[in-house]
Amino acid sequence: MFERKQLSHKATWAAAVAAIAGLAGLSPAKAQDSVKIGLILPMTGGQASTGKQIENAIKLYMQQKGDTVAGKKIEIIVKDDAAIPDKTKTAAQELIVNDKVNFIAGFGVTPAALAAAPLATQAKIPEVVMAAGTSIITERSPYIVRTSFTLAQSSTIIGDWAVKNGIKKVATLTSDYAPGNDALNFFKQHFTAGGGEVVEEVKVPLQNPDFAPFLQRMKDAKPDAIFVFVPAGQGGNFMKQYAERGLDKAGIKVIGPGDVTDDDLLNNMGDAVLGTVTAHLYSAAHPSQMNKDFVAAYKKAFGNRPGFMAVGGYDGIHLIYEALKKTSGDTNGDKLIEAMKGQKWESPRGPISIDPETRDIVQNIYIRKVEKVDGELYNVEFATFEAVKDLGKTKK
Amino acid sequence: MTAILTNLFDGVAYGMLLFVLACGLAVTLGLMNFVNLAHGAFAMAGGYVCMVLVNRMGWPFFAALPLAFVSAAAIGIVLERTLYRHLYARSHLDQVLFTIGLTFMSVAAVDYIQGSSRVFINLPAALQGQFDLFGVGIGRYRLMIIVICGLLTIALQMVLAKTRFGSRLRAAVDDPRAASGLGINVPQVFAFTFAFGCGLAGLGGALSAEILGLDPYFPLKFMIYFLIVVTVGGSSSITGPFLASLLLGIGDVAGKYYVPKMGPFVIYTMMIVILIWRPNGLFGRTAAR
Repeated sequence: MFERKQLSHKATWAAAVAAIAGLAGLSPAKAQDSVKIGLILPMTGGQASTGKQIENAIKLYMQQKGDTVAGKKIEIIVKDDAAIPDKTKTAAQELIVNDKVNFIAGFGVTPAALAAAPLATQAKIPEVVMAAGTSIITERSPYIVRTSFTLAQSSTIIGDWAVKNGIKKVATLTSDYAPGNDALNFFKQHFTAGGGEVVEEVKVPLQNPDFAPFLQRMKDAKPDAIFVFVPAGQGGNFMKQYAERGLDKAGIKVIGPGDVTDDDLLNNMGDAVLGTVTAHLYSAAHPSQMNKDFVAAYKKAFGNRPGFMAVGGYDGIHLIYEALKKTSGDTNGDKLIEAMKGQKWESPRGPISIDPETRDIVQNIYIRKVEKVDGELYNVEFATFEAVKDLGKTKK
Repeated sequence: MTAILTNLFDGVAYGMLLFVLACGLAVTLGLMNFVNLAHGAFAMAGGYVCMVLVNRMGWPFFAALPLAFVSAAAIGIVLERTLYRHLYARSHLDQVLFTIGLTFMSVAAVDYIQGSSRVFINLPAALQGQFDLFGVGIGRYRLMIIVICGLLTIALQMVLAKTRFGSRLRAAVDDPRAASGLGINVPQVFAFTFAFGCGLAGLGGALSAEILGLDPYFPLKFMIYFLIVVTVGGSSSITGPFLASLLLGIGDVAGKYYVPKMGPFVIYTMMIVILIWRPNGLFGRTAAR
């Protein structure tokens, strides 16, 4: 008897607590007053660092700017696709059909962004690409907007820069998948057009355990520099083996798009990476005040340095906020896309805008050299190419 | 000419590394007839132990290597006593499901504790770079791998062939019932062997961080390579996997150097050709066990 009484007592309390919690939860979150953003990111698997950086950056942005825009509460639903396109598609479907999201966003790799494209078109909701970097993505749906980068942007710039700076013979080493091929082709076009010569061309498998034989081939070809594109996580291994094989002492430089010296991993790569010249959209050492504040806040919140993926996420959520402000909270997909076109703002990476024609990002590309700053390795920017559009669109 | 020798050297180093990583699997699969797909998880454990000791606690690299071995072996023996031994008598499918589950758990655990990005072990300066020997570029780190793994192989072969423990193990494998009838403590011998195999994997994991890269997905990424070594080598002795590792290491490096377009396929092509020629592997037993 005693026991039962106590139980029912507890149950009453629980019910009361639940009722209060329910009431409190209900009032600000009426269906029409919230905007839902479905964030599809690789949170596990080889690309997990991309997903984590983007999620962190979005959290940071919402802490700084609040979670209400134009009278609407922003709600983020994160789904993990492990960078597998099938899972991306399922996740996008669930988000659109069950959760009735107003945006889908994220997308760590190109195949994932492409898998969601037809769903965005059908549901008429904006797809904000925050990481994937192949040019064709924005052509696959009129609802896709990108805040990351395209490989054509950095690869063409480094090609032009190399020819003008005394690099005549280049050997290329690129990962054998769509972004790698994009990087290679755009680099080659611009480098050879300027009078440079590609003496050796190697495509390495994406799951590559050991670069040794490929690097030996590079060394024997005796180029002035190696043009490298490997996915962000593999850059460290590449740089270590490059030094181990003595390519640095043989006077062969490393150039490429900035993925190889991603801020996320750069500081652990060792001194061999010093002097590597890359073209990229963002460096944690970018000297603007806005970036200094961003880096400091990010470090304070998450304990490490933001990389270019984090910036893609930060700008992506900013674009969503701005679009909602412009439509005064209207979540009609067509109106939102219209509102996003031509947006211009100051990002931690520098001034950027959304090209109204292609819905792709227009941004400065910086030429940077790896240097030691206060005992840590950073990409230090020394030349700027302003407002670079994506040059890789098939439909001109 | 020097290019050939440099490639040969790199290939041997790569092969030796594969051998240390995979020979524990040859032992469990071949000698104990147990399918242990979680083998790579022990290698990863060794690698991460070495990384934490060297990078975070400032141990010298050579002092951390034995610890990588010991810790992986210790984890191995605990798991063997608590989990693995219940599955010795079960079907291969049960073993596969169990060990693959264990692998996924290890991946998630390491991802949770250490983060998903790739880690490196800080090497002493003496192990970095390359030196020239008659025009052949010799990487110091790879040379160290060849020396350590070469010595290990000789020691293993000696233990198996010459010592009392070796003959007990061979007896336990050939006929566990007769062996236990003769007073050999078969479960103990197996437990010890299993732990030793895990220890070797741990050492291999620590050594391979520099060359293969170490991240939480290591056990999944390299599972295929371990299995290729064991299938090609046959799993009845140490020599089989050893020669298979060397062959695959050299083949892989040479293939990637001379025909880079075909590079990634060379290792698989070799496996298929060898298995068509000798379905039980290079040194497999002809009679199915």
